[in-house]
Amino acid sequence: MVLAQLQCFVPERNDLNQHRVIGSAVPRKEGFDKVTGRARYADDITLPGMLYGATVRSKIPRGKIRQINFGPGVDWNDYVVVTAKDIPGRNCIALISDDQPCLADGFTNHPEEPILLVAHPDRRQLSKAVEAVEVICDPLQAVFSMEESERQTEVIWGTDNLLKTFLIEKGSLEGIWEKAAHIVEGEYFTGAQEQLYIENNGMIATYDVAAGVTVWGSLQCPYYVHKALMALFALPEDKVRVVQMETGGAFGGKEEYPSMIAGHAALLAMKAKRPVKVVYDRMEDMAATTKRHPSRTRHRTAVDASGKILGGEIEITMDGGAYATLSSVVLSRGTIHAGGPYCWPNVTIRSKAVATNSPPHGAFRGFGAPQTLFAMERHMDRIAEAVGISPVEVRKRNFLKPGMTTTTEQVIREDIDLERLLDHALELAQYQEKKRHFPAQCRSGKMKKGMGIAAFLHGAGFTGSGERYLSSVVGIEALPDGLIRVLVSSAEFGQGTNTVLCQIAAETLNLPYEWVTIAQPDTSIVPNSGPTVASRTAMIVGKLVHSAALGFKQTLLASGKLVENYKPEAFRQACSDHIKKHGELRSFSQYEAPSGIFWDDQKYRGEAYAAFAWAVYVAEVSVDLTTYSVTVDDFVALQEIGKVLHPRLAEGQIAGGVAQAIGFALYEKVVWQNGRMLNNQMTNYIMPTSADVPPIRVFFEELGNVHGAYGAKGIGELPMDGPAPAIINAITDALGVPFHFIPLLPEDIYAGLAAHSLAPVK
Amino acid sequence: MPSLAEPVKQTVQLTVNGVARSVLVHPMDRLLDVLRHELHLTGAKEGCGEGECGSCSVLLDGQIVNSCLVPVGQAEGASLTTIEGLAADARLHPVQQAFLSCNGAQCGICTPGMILAAVHLLNSHPQPTLDQIREGLSGNLCRCTGYSQIFEAVNQAVRTSEAK
Repeated sequence: MVLAQLQCFVPERNDLNQHRVIGSAVPRKEGFDKVTGRARYADDITLPGMLYGATVRSKIPRGKIRQINFGPGVDWNDYVVVTAKDIPGRNCIALISDDQPCLADGFTNHPEEPILLVAHPDRRQLSKAVEAVEVICDPLQAVFSMEESERQTEVIWGTDNLLKTFLIEKGSLEGIWEKAAHIVEGEYFTGAQEQLYIENNGMIATYDVAAGVTVWGSLQCPYYVHKALMALFALPEDKVRVVQMETGGAFGGKEEYPSMIAGHAALLAMKAKRPVKVVYDRMEDMAATTKRHPSRTRHRTAVDASGKILGGEIEITMDGGAYATLSSVVLSRGTIHAGGPYCWPNVTIRSKAVATNSPPHGAFRGFGAPQTLFAMERHMDRIAEAVGISPVEVRKRNFLKPGMTTTTEQVIREDIDLERLLDHALELAQYQEKKRHFPAQCRSGKMKKGMGIAAFLHGAGFTGSGERYLSSVVGIEALPDGLIRVLVSSAEFGQGTNTVLCQIAAETLNLPYEWVTIAQPDTSIVPNSGPTVASRTAMIVGKLVHSAALGFKQTLLASGKLVENYKPEAFRQACSDHIKKHGELRSFSQYEAPSGIFWDDQKYRGEAYAAFAWAVYVAEVSVDLTTYSVTVDDFVALQEIGKVLHPRLAEGQIAGGVAQAIGFALYEKVVWQNGRMLNNQMTNYIMPTSADVPPIRVFFEELGNVHGAYGAKGIGELPMDGPAPAIINAITDALGVPFHFIPLLPEDIYAGLAAHSLAPVK
Repeated sequence: MPSLAEPVKQTVQLTVNGVARSVLVHPMDRLLDVLRHELHLTGAKEGCGEGECGSCSVLLDGQIVNSCLVPVGQAEGASLTTIEGLAADARLHPVQQAFLSCNGAQCGICTPGMILAAVHLLNSHPQPTLDQIREGLSGNLCRCTGYSQIFEAVNQAVRTSEAK
């Protein structure tokens, strides 16, 4: 085993296009299995003697559990039943603050909270057992809105309902209000959003006294599940094995909740002494698992007569649900992104995540940033209006430039030119021409047209010191036939992890792409390369793959079995020979924080991210004044994401993110009643279909990035941030009436117009 | 007399991917479950169980159906094509090949149903317009792609078929 030295690879800008495998559209590694139906997802696996498990959940939002009765009409001897008393270790889902129980014990804090588990050999016998369990509770007063939680009408978490708070202070607000030509205020809301991966959550577990716990499932973060199972079962790390199956979409929705389901399946397997599969159906998945945090963001901004921001206050509140889970980190990212890609000479940002008695909200692509960037980009249009300049001009006057600092006082060292990026996007969208023609087109018709823009940024990798704490490790190994295998815990769930990491290894080792494969994420085989989240895989894990590959090559060169400028065949022979002689050939690489990076966790100041991706999106919409429905007619997504490792995959990521964000803006409304989602079906929770999406025109600029493999930056979350504000800005442009919340449904547009006496009152 | 809770199993004859199959099942069992559990054809997926997402789509006598909504008794004597039966002699169908090269499959969970829906569309519209593609695939939800590269894949499959 060789631990590779981290070598600093700095791509020159003009180097970006001089690669063989990088930047080419090689076939997706697991693509053949996916188009032939051979890919195996959790629910496709059946183990001998396997039982099926189901979850009895709380029907009330909050209360003391007094008694559990097993009702008549069910032969309970046929069922395996697990309660909190069966948990051998700690009854929690170990994550950050470990406050969420695996099974409610004595109290329940939200509707759909798991209380008890049942398993049976025939999955058709599960629902009647679940219904026959009677959980008798003494209800307690519950909290359902951020406002109630803030007012502490009832304290339901800690001493003050505050799951987390942050404060960012840059410069001073003293005197700026007096100096301001305009003080612009605004309040913006975003709703919960369901990830709606098409594959529901699923997990299979086995338990064996000697081998411990093994789970196979649909998940993003093998080592998160591993950590949670170690705590739940009080087992050492070698007695817990987590294997990621093919995963049918995740979007953050399979970041933390799979630990819960893995725990449930494994507890049932331990008690049953047989394998157990727990697969949710759509209604259970939507009602019980995490969603995007609903948010409220208030801006108060001092602006000079030219439209330049002098300073301001931003106040963010997010609804975290009943337990802390990931709220602290979602809030962190939302807080850091709240100022957008603009220069704030002075700013105070206060943020809090508050507890309510709904299922915990969690990770979802963008992770807090789509919420606060929606507010920022709507607010920029409001500032433009107050000052009397165009949405384009107000952005240009405030853009961050190289050498300036973000709200956390991170110096922009990248050579980014946002004005040019904006101009390019406007040109691609034919913004000015269309803006000129729309008023004439719309004068008499029942169709109003508008254009909206959003400029934004997204930090890649864990925030602040996060990557240092993770200390990710990746490996490269030679197989006996001399081919190469990448060892990471980073999961493929559609984004292209398998493909781009193999491209990086193949490029670095000068091998054909086909000679490199990637191991199935299995904690008994792969090192902990960290969770598959935070737009970190291509940039951070990719860079480690690059380092490990360099180390691997160095080992062979140093051994004399290989000489520089080798042919792939010689490499393969050298690997094969080495394995014959030494048994194995592996190289590992561990993350080390780049020097000169400073982050203060207390003051929330410093280098929040090693790199930002930058983007300008332009939406063109039509609003039908008969039905009040909105059609997005054209969508331009222009971004700088460093080196594009794989143009087709990158384009697919952006187009998919834009479509998901169109849903966030216009369709996807979670209807709540007493903390429970009422519309937990695909019939009444509406996501975009192929008939709803506009032409999504995707464009890239490539500046490169010294911190990413071959100059790559993160890309996965970026496209979630911009479409909603661009679309709502376009609707506001079309109708002349401001809208400050999403999702914005036809009835909301009607109500907004009626309030301005622009629609008939019925 | 059997109660409603214990329906009697019956033999149902199906032709699945060109092979005659006989299954002993409850006639009200969902075709999806029979495919997945009795015939071990797991390419059809359950996304919603109520005919909204289309990930369980199969071709039943040439028509695209949501197999989660079809009682197997209703398929008696029918000819079914699932994703497993689309590639002939280990050669990918042009639509499969196009999905592969256009990145029409990301997470892959909607892919079997989406590909079958595209095959069905091309059977009825060999040269579909973009609107016909959008309409023809609108019963199959995809959360990953934003559909752009799926539209490209369908267009590429049309070109491949024309070239032959």
